[in-house]
Amino acid sequence: MSTTVVPKPRTPVRPARILLHLFLAGASLAWLAPLAWALYSAMRPYAETSEKGYVSWPDTLNFDNFTNAFTQSDMSHYFVNTMIIAVPAVLLTLFLSSMVAFYVSRFDFRLNIALLLVFTAGNLLPQQVIITPLYRLYLLIDLPGITMSGKLYDSALGLVLIHVAFQSGFCAFVLSNYMRSLPHELTEAALVDGASVWRMYWQIVLPLCRPAMAALATLLSIWIYNDFFWALVLISTGENMPITSALNNLTGAYFTDPNLVAAGALLTAIPTLIVYFVLQRQFVSGLTLGANKG
Amino acid sequence: MTTETTKEIPEAAAVPPPGVAPAPKASHGHRRLLTRRDRITLGFMAGLPTILHIALVWVTAFASIALAFTTWDGIGFDSIQWVGLQNFKELFEQNPQFWPAVQHNVIWFVVLIAIPTPLGLFLAVQLDKKIRFSRVYQTAFFLPVVLSMAVIGFVWQLIYNPDTGLINSIIGANEPGKYIDWIGDPDLNLWAILIAASWRHTGYMMILYLAGLKGVDPSLREASALDGANEWQTFKNVIFPTLRPTNTVVLVVTIIEALRAFDLVFVFNKGAEGTELLSILVTNNIIGESSRIGYGSAIAVVLLLISLVVIIPYLVATFRKERRA
Repeated sequence: MSTTVVPKPRTPVRPARILLHLFLAGASLAWLAPLAWALYSAMRPYAETSEKGYVSWPDTLNFDNFTNAFTQSDMSHYFVNTMIIAVPAVLLTLFLSSMVAFYVSRFDFRLNIALLLVFTAGNLLPQQVIITPLYRLYLLIDLPGITMSGKLYDSALGLVLIHVAFQSGFCAFVLSNYMRSLPHELTEAALVDGASVWRMYWQIVLPLCRPAMAALATLLSIWIYNDFFWALVLISTGENMPITSALNNLTGAYFTDPNLVAAGALLTAIPTLIVYFVLQRQFVSGLTLGANKG
Repeated sequence: MTTETTKEIPEAAAVPPPGVAPAPKASHGHRRLLTRRDRITLGFMAGLPTILHIALVWVTAFASIALAFTTWDGIGFDSIQWVGLQNFKELFEQNPQFWPAVQHNVIWFVVLIAIPTPLGLFLAVQLDKKIRFSRVYQTAFFLPVVLSMAVIGFVWQLIYNPDTGLINSIIGANEPGKYIDWIGDPDLNLWAILIAASWRHTGYMMILYLAGLKGVDPSLREASALDGANEWQTFKNVIFPTLRPTNTVVLVVTIIEALRAFDLVFVFNKGAEGTELLSILVTNNIIGESSRIGYGSAIAVVLLLISLVVIIPYLVATFRKERRA
């Protein structure tokens, strides 16, 4: 790779290139088609589509279905539920997993490989392997006065805990790899100067992990927001459901009106899409951090 | 604040001679500089997350194994009864949904590895050529990966719905006599849903391969071009072999995805006939009419065993590399 500032002459347009672009453009459009179809359906009134059929030119295109889905099903309430679960879960996961990562990457205690193995393997298990005993455990744990349900079952706290427990496996693995790449002299020097372990973690190592933390925070936010399974099993009151699982109930109520269902599904997807477009780089690097080093 | 010395351990006993840069192993020396308070802090830092993780993930996983050999109605611990292998026997011999579920999980994996994975690799190779609009294309292919599986299920329902869906509306199969039930027909619904799953998986694989391709040394390509290899030869003989680590990750991710598949199917048709999966069977045992804890755990154990066959070799290989590094 030369590092001259002379602009590289653009490669002449070859037929192969044009073909490639045609293919990629066509495939991209095909990939967007299902979402475009959902958007198109959601923007048409039900009366019109049932009369003219779904594959037809629109007479009216508006956002009525969106406003109806949002107000009729009290969507804002479920968005708040999701926030109550996702925000603490993301912060706690990062906090706890960064502590574990700090421990295993900076202190060569002989436990560390085993510890990291336990965390990483735990995150790879299918959720259904643990759900039956987890469900029973949540029913057994009484928390009078702490949660609305008086149990760990059917509470935001219960969901936060399982998200943190499950996701900290992945994050501990990624962060420990990241921390291992930081020069050892950093903490050696601090230790010799008599800095406490906590200070080393909080003031030296953690600030250096900002890029990895940002990537993981993005990834976790999207994963936890998108969670469907945990809430489906561990929440019984519809009122307490986060948005993604609540959507299932909404569609149950409006199944006769696919246009409204389409609007509801798209509304649910909007926050993840915003996060993705704003933080695309973090999201992608988070995904690939776990897959390969650096 | 006293500086305590821990019990001498052989590795830490050898003090490196002055002037020699401390080897990574020297971090054992850390221990001697740690105060008691530091060690308590460290204990908490590692202990709290570990306790939470083990309690909710591993204790429950082992509880699944233990409960699989019992029958329990969930009311009080004294009703737990040991039944040996009876749950498994019943599962293998009498449950009409079990073998189809295993088969569908296998089909799920085979389809994902056979279609979207190579397609994702192909797209990654094309997009890696520094062509214009690469970001735009990437975004389009990757968009489904960001959406929740539940939302994907609803979106594809709009396409497959027998009465109002896109496909039947276009081909006129939503009229009596020509009716095609993509969601309910047991011969069709698994394939219909696998198209939706593949739609999402392609973008995921593309991103993983793009990251892998970024790590390929450009001089390899140059050397290959100098030798007069064409694009396909370069890919087959030079690029693909260097993607081995990525291929391993892709394989593991795909197997895990195939075992975890749940949300999409549940939203699509609740795992009705034709789309049974092990994950669906386990969950139906909890939220369905009959809550048989031991029986549900037995299905979970089958799922666990299949997962461990993949997870253990993968982790052993990964951590071996770590130790050598």
